[in-house]
Amino acid sequence: MEINLSVNGSQVARDVTPMTTLSDFLREHLSLTGTHIGCDTSSCGACTVTMDGKAVKSCTVLAVQANGSEIITIEGLSENGSLHPVQEAFKEHHGLQCGFCTPGMVMTAVDILQNNPNPTEQEIRHGLEGNFCRCTGYHNIVKSVQHAAQSLNA
Amino acid sequence: MIPAKFDYIKATSIDQAISLLSQHGYEAKILAGGHSLLPAMKLRLNRPSVLIDIGGIDALGSITDEGDAIKAGANCTHYEIANSNLVKSHVNVLSQTARVIGDVQVRYRGTIGGSLAHADPASDYPAAILATDATISVRGSNGARDISATEFFQGIFTTALGEDEIITSIRFPKTANGTYVKFFQSASRFAVVGCAAVKNGNGIRVGITGVADTPYRASAVEQAYDGTTSAADHAIDGVDVMSDHFASEEYRAHLAKVFVRRALEQL
Repeated sequence: MEINLSVNGSQVARDVTPMTTLSDFLREHLSLTGTHIGCDTSSCGACTVTMDGKAVKSCTVLAVQANGSEIITIEGLSENGSLHPVQEAFKEHHGLQCGFCTPGMVMTAVDILQNNPNPTEQEIRHGLEGNFCRCTGYHNIVKSVQHAAQSLNA
Repeated sequence: MIPAKFDYIKATSIDQAISLLSQHGYEAKILAGGHSLLPAMKLRLNRPSVLIDIGGIDALGSITDEGDAIKAGANCTHYEIANSNLVKSHVNVLSQTARVIGDVQVRYRGTIGGSLAHADPASDYPAAILATDATISVRGSNGARDISATEFFQGIFTTALGEDEIITSIRFPKTANGTYVKFFQSASRFAVVGCAAVKNGNGIRVGITGVADTPYRASAVEQAYDGTTSAADHAIDGVDVMSDHFASEEYRAHLAKVFVRRALEQL
């Protein structure tokens, strides 16, 4: 089936089978391998991208369902070679160790801060409920999101 | 993981979705948010050969004030229901319920109609549906009909929906005072036990999910209610309590009483 969508600001048209998930589409058809596939059953959140401005688990969206939508992946966050403030904060405050969950964490954090520019620690933790990290114990991730909020508001 | 082969059809109207469903019968499944169906298809627990996507049907998508009730279209997402001012003001127990389903990403995609039709025994909505005495409106090739909350849920993944029927909307009578409390399954965020309670005149209505294979009205609690929390001891009267690797029968029975008590405390 022919789909047309915007990915990181570029219009993309491809022929896909209905079985293709959005995560496979991004990785296999567009070579955007920053979107990671963890559990592949919508529990872990590693594959989170934004679809029409909302964080979604791309392993549980069919590419055909994303037809006509606007997708932003981790590759689409930086501008002119400089990291997005959320990426910068994760780097600066050790919000990652192995890094596998990081693209999903960052995309969800972007969603949290879009809806709530000044989240409390509890709101950040609630917002990150759908993203698993097996390394950090979450504290530095939460700290990174708090610092990202500050720099976005500055 | 890749699901087994299927054809995908995007329906543009309720009538078209129903006619496709009649045409394909048991081979077809309705796709709404897909957050229960797609993982099940990847795991090959479900292998429909046709998916009928109703996600783009606007007529299924709004939340409206109907005077004595709030009507939510089947395609309303958990996020929309949790954040709707109409729902917050008039059926707060529903808003509280939607807010604790899954996680942010799931709430953006999952829909109330999809969740109800799927009828996972650990899903959250049934408790609020039962406690508010909501009505589920469905449509099929034989026309539209309303199904009461107590008749709708019939067992694990089993509802009163006919083979070619889809849920169109859910009507929630306005309720002033209500609450939903749950014990989260720690990984999936499903309800190991979930209890919704609302004031109903001098009495209460209590809906319980996660405890039995079918969500139920805790009539024994409702009858024993005396304004205190002691009625919570009747939470599982006459109920066949489930047992699984998350919670044994004994533990789940204990949790049911604890969470009914917590709900009653908040009324």
